[in-house]
Amino acid sequence: MKALPLLLAALVPLSPAFAEGDACETGKSLIPAEVALSQATAAVAQHHSLNIVVLGTGSSTLPPPAGEKAAYPARLQGALSALLPGIAVKVVADVKARQTAAEMLDQALPGIAQQRPALIIWQTGTVDAIKGVDPEEFRATLEQGVEMLQADRVDVVFMNMQYSPRTDAMISINAYADNMRWVALQHDVPLFDRFALMKHWAELGTFDLYDASKNTDTAERVHDCIGRLLAGLIAGAVKQPAPAAESR
Amino acid sequence: MPQAPAAVAAAPAAAPSGRDLRLDLFRGIALWLIFLDHIPSNIVSWVTIRNYGFSDAAEMFVFISGYTAAFVYGRAMRQRGFVVAGARILKRAWQVYVAHVFLFVVYLAEIAYVSKNFESSLYAEEWNIFDFLKQPDVTLFQALVLKFKPVNMDVLPLYIVLLLGFPAALWLLLRRPALALAGSAILYAMARTFEWNIPAYPSGEWVFNPLAWQLLFVIGAWCGVGGAERLAGLIRSRVVAVLAVAYLVFAFAIVMTWYFPRYGYLVPRWLGELIYPIDKANLDVLRLLHFMALAVLAVRLVPPGSPALNAPVFRPAILCGQHSLEIFCLGVFLAFAGHFIRVELSGGPLLQLVISLTGIGVMIGVAWLLTWYQALEGRGPGRRTPNADLAGGDV
Repeated sequence: MKALPLLLAALVPLSPAFAEGDACETGKSLIPAEVALSQATAAVAQHHSLNIVVLGTGSSTLPPPAGEKAAYPARLQGALSALLPGIAVKVVADVKARQTAAEMLDQALPGIAQQRPALIIWQTGTVDAIKGVDPEEFRATLEQGVEMLQADRVDVVFMNMQYSPRTDAMISINAYADNMRWVALQHDVPLFDRFALMKHWAELGTFDLYDASKNTDTAERVHDCIGRLLAGLIAGAVKQPAPAAESR
Repeated sequence: MPQAPAAVAAAPAAAPSGRDLRLDLFRGIALWLIFLDHIPSNIVSWVTIRNYGFSDAAEMFVFISGYTAAFVYGRAMRQRGFVVAGARILKRAWQVYVAHVFLFVVYLAEIAYVSKNFESSLYAEEWNIFDFLKQPDVTLFQALVLKFKPVNMDVLPLYIVLLLGFPAALWLLLRRPALALAGSAILYAMARTFEWNIPAYPSGEWVFNPLAWQLLFVIGAWCGVGGAERLAGLIRSRVVAVLAVAYLVFAFAIVMTWYFPRYGYLVPRWLGELIYPIDKANLDVLRLLHFMALAVLAVRLVPPGSPALNAPVFRPAILCGQHSLEIFCLGVFLAFAGHFIRVELSGGPLLQLVISLTGIGVMIGVAWLLTWYQALEGRGPGRRTPNADLAGGDV
């Protein structure tokens, strides 16, 4: 089963968003195509702006010296600005380590909804899996959060866990990943499947995710790819009904 | 060898005398699948059934364990009474507990080693999984009371709880099997409705809820004390077979949409709302049905006492199935070891294949060795109860 994405990869046309020979490209098949982000699309069409908040935990940032600038939220802003010329793209990272989904729902989400971004990237799952939060509760939290944001007319994209080969045997990811997928399906929330993506890269040898040294090169490149693939997903969604170039 | 009457292995009967080799065969296969699934991100694990439907090897394992436990201890209870059989079941529970604690120590050793060499900036968050090593006082105690259970170490605690409740269940199964089955189903329904489960440490609940999974164990036990014969007509029915195939195809199609999210839209919304989430902890009805469908087809394809069961090709799996507690523990250990080797060598698919095949080879070798030991002891003096624990095969 795990080899099948490889086959799929061959079938999916390469996106013009990526330069040829780009390592990130190999994960393109795992990014959902044709997603709908109505609020983000409206913001782009009407205000020529796109405000995005990344709500996440430790894996949405990088420790110094690479730091925030090298982490995927910053990369997303860069890549998305390039894909949407003339649109003011702003990505704010609201990142706090060790937060469970429930803590985010209680502490961060109400404030974010008030800021009225067009889109929120909700990265979660790892901390809940480590702490062994009841998967049912995890799912209920996600549902509540998504319903709240959708009622506030904010689009949501889920981002799931990182694939971490060294700790794979120790963190029980499946129940949480499954629940995220199901909430995504039922609430029309696109899921950026970071877990499958990174696993795919590890299997292809695109990145050596076993590398456990303090060297941050690999980490920076992984974040760069995640940022760019995420930008591709969002740009695809907001361009679909009224391409940005024409709406100007 | 103690299971010398293998050739007479016939259909499980109300007062069974021979072994049903199919149980050993399928349990052996389940042990291999569990091993493959426990090696993280193992490319070989795409062959395992969980990738093609709702249920996985855990269902096979629990059902067959219930069947064999009833088969062996049911006979003991009929012949020697409730107290003797009950005492033997509890002794078995103790053995499983000791095995679990042993595995936990092995696990700790591996984790402690791996955490020393872990300094990746990419995985700062994941590193928190090692936090429990900082407070051994709490961790060790919670592990001994079965509340702290690392990943993939949930099956044995489930089995311990199932065995603790089994003397009473078996007593009722031998007298009023239908009542026992109904009681088990009611407990299952209530556990699911009222969300009863055993708390876990540091948070959450048991990954395999014993109050829900007991249903499958009791169904297995019910079959083991004669229920299988009563179901024979149903299993042979063509309609049931067609329904089973249809359900397996349905499950396969649904599961495929998980692997190819692009086709997720093909699952209608109402259907998604009906079937999701598929709850493994509480043995979702969809999983239970999926296992039943597989079981019906397996019983049809491999008839009882089929001479094919004695073919050498099935021998390795049968051997493993006959020593299931030992081989299960070995499998968990080998999965740790396999993971450790992968982390150290950073190998690709070829290494995964080598690890998987080597692991299964070791499992077969050890099962063969255990059989040999058993035969050795069987010939010696002082052997009391032939076929009791091992050949009867709990877990």
